[in-house]
Amino acid sequence: MSDSTLVISILAAAITAGTPILYAALGELLTERAGILNLGVEGIMLIGAVSGFIIAVVTGNSWFGLAAAMFAGGAIALIHAVLTVTLRANQVVSGLALTLFGTGLSGYLGKSYIGIPVPSPFTIQPLGFLTDIPVLGPVLFRHDILVYASYGLVVFLWLFLYRTRPGLFLRALGENPAAADSLGSNVFALRYLYIVLGGMLCGVGGAYLSLAYAPSWLENMTAGRGWIAVALVIFALWNPWRALVGSYLFGGIDALGFHLQVSGVTVSPFFLNMLPYLFTILVLVFVMIRQHGRLTAPGALGLPYDREER
Amino acid sequence: MATPFIQMQGIVKRFPGVIANDQVDLTIYPGEIHALLGENGSGKSTLMSVLDGLYQPNAGRIIIDGEEHKFGSPRDAIACGIGMIHQHFKLVEPFTVAENITMGAKNGDFWLSTEKIKQEIIGFGAKYGLHVNPNAYVWQLSVGEKQRVEILRILYQGSRLLIMDEPTAVLTPPETAELFSNLRRMTEQGCAVIFITHKLNEVMELADRVTVLRAGRVTGSMERSQLNPNQLVQLMVGRDLAGRSKPIQTELGPVVLNVDQIEVLNDMGRLGLRALSLSLREGEILGLAGVTGNGQRELAEAICGLRHIEKGSIHLHGEDITNLNPSAILDQGVSYVPEDRLGMGLVPDLTIIENLLLKNYQQPKYSGRWLLHAKAIEENAAALVEKYNVKTPSLHQPVKILSGGNLQRLLLAREIATIPRLMIVVYPARGLDIGATNDIHQLLLDLKANHTAILLISEDLDELVALSDRIGVLFDGRLAGEFPANEVDLDELGLLMAGSGQTNGGEPNAI
Repeated sequence: MSDSTLVISILAAAITAGTPILYAALGELLTERAGILNLGVEGIMLIGAVSGFIIAVVTGNSWFGLAAAMFAGGAIALIHAVLTVTLRANQVVSGLALTLFGTGLSGYLGKSYIGIPVPSPFTIQPLGFLTDIPVLGPVLFRHDILVYASYGLVVFLWLFLYRTRPGLFLRALGENPAAADSLGSNVFALRYLYIVLGGMLCGVGGAYLSLAYAPSWLENMTAGRGWIAVALVIFALWNPWRALVGSYLFGGIDALGFHLQVSGVTVSPFFLNMLPYLFTILVLVFVMIRQHGRLTAPGALGLPYDREER
Repeated sequence: MATPFIQMQGIVKRFPGVIANDQVDLTIYPGEIHALLGENGSGKSTLMSVLDGLYQPNAGRIIIDGEEHKFGSPRDAIACGIGMIHQHFKLVEPFTVAENITMGAKNGDFWLSTEKIKQEIIGFGAKYGLHVNPNAYVWQLSVGEKQRVEILRILYQGSRLLIMDEPTAVLTPPETAELFSNLRRMTEQGCAVIFITHKLNEVMELADRVTVLRAGRVTGSMERSQLNPNQLVQLMVGRDLAGRSKPIQTELGPVVLNVDQIEVLNDMGRLGLRALSLSLREGEILGLAGVTGNGQRELAEAICGLRHIEKGSIHLHGEDITNLNPSAILDQGVSYVPEDRLGMGLVPDLTIIENLLLKNYQQPKYSGRWLLHAKAIEENAAALVEKYNVKTPSLHQPVKILSGGNLQRLLLAREIATIPRLMIVVYPARGLDIGATNDIHQLLLDLKANHTAILLISEDLDELVALSDRIGVLFDGRLAGEFPANEVDLDELGLLMAGSGQTNGGEPNAI
């Protein structure tokens, strides 16, 4: 393998490895833009992974699996919405509880599915002439359909947030829900909507692992990717494009470790497995220094909204 | 007069433990400026929040153009042409002016078209005299400009009634005058305005009609021609007010505080104070006028050791306290009553007893080696609450349930109990009604008679004139002028506060 093909294959692998994180990060981004912190991402991804896998095995169709993952992710997120929006519970506690719940439930549901293959996993579908573009072609356009969909999702979310009225209101929801409310926007219904949509995307992130990336089910197979996605939203400063870059950076470190192992470099695999998490800490330190400790987080992130509070 | 535009009939609104509105009637005609007068807690804001759809009334009817409406949310009120500007502006700070205004559009397109909106904003500005840069971010604007954005947004919604909750509380005198002329221009175009206030002079100057609330009930309603200040006070307060206490002429003692050419950075990392000097003697009240954000907080925090002093020095009784840590400065007898009572002065979720303990918990009287002496602490709290007339159901209540006046009395009780040599008070009467304001002022005057030096930072010129021995103006981190309080010219103070005054002789930087 020549150096250039090695680089290309590492870059392409970075995108594949980054895609589950990207979906989860976009879901969390949507939720946090609405002013709700959801730390249940890891648990929702696991639920998405296992329910997507089970339905794909049972029906033999990965699309049904994907739909099931979205549904399950949305359903778990709905619990978070009820707790934090309606009951105004502490968002951190609720999210942590969801992660513990999702981890346990997915392990229980998936027990008898360990080691079974997916009948028809999402496979690589090169995008015709686009793959002929030097370097970029093989890196960007030799993937499965979910990767292509994630490109579109980033563009769509960016346009939605910054170029549309509903997007403007979504941002207002996270910055100052009282302002959105006084202008006649339904803060409660919209927060429900974005929490559930965010959960659905986290579910897709999980299903990508079990239906395309692995493709198989393993207990706790997200291995902290949900947490990385949460951290990544901060690194991305709540911007979809930066979330994309960040996801691929993490994916790249993942892929690099894998390739190093394959090429026989004698580094402890435990050290290589640690790299993405170490990188997460470094990125957070770097972002905090760059922002002088003042993040441009949505102003009302994490705060429950009560219209009649005096 | 013409047929009523809005009638509120028999409105009742209860909150846990209180009736905020009790059978309130209010009638609004098209094109009038209607003042809603009352002390804090009299139910003015609650009533307007009901009309704005933010609160659901427990009883009563709202009739608009002869038809009864039930408002489930502000959206319904907006659809009926009612728009409200709250005391705390409902603007999204990181958004531009254009983005904030376009949020108010009734039937906006899916895609944002900022260019069109900007043209409309400029058009509205020309029509009503409300000029503001549509591309500016809201956090960059002054308070007066933010208020203009709110008004523009409500006009943009197509509202026929503008409700303003104490709009002048945050404005300088020139800004207030401009607001009043803008409001008149709007009513000439047929828009009605409800104006919530507790300031009599504003009612006399602006209102076509006035409705007075006290303790949740309407105590009177009258036309402009019938207005009579004494009667309004009676309706509002329910008793005749004792004349304002006059400052006692105290002998001024030696210099207590000497601030020499200090420079301090503000939160943005820019110079918040520029070579500012002042001195203050025993038993003296130095009043500092100025618009918020011109170095008030920086000055108070620099003296208390809460903000690093880059250059210059501060001496207390001749001892250098520059950049000592806050507790060392407190031990020297400095006391600080910050503008943000509930955020910085008190801990909202702690009880009254605990809040009163915060400053003297290390004293052997209240604290042993390991444990606190609960009994002594509670007795002390009970005595202070009694002495300073803090109204509370129990000493064990979290302080966040107290009204503004009681919060301020509690905070002053704690600070005065330490017998300070220097007291720094920032906006002591902001948001308080007449009764509570009088109490607070009397406490400060008693403290002065007790030889404490007081640095009084305020925006309220009447308050400054009534209490101070000398008055200086803070502008852009400097002292822009200084007058003995009995020779002060309010117009000139106003100009200095706005940064356009000429200092007449003297050395402005060396009070």
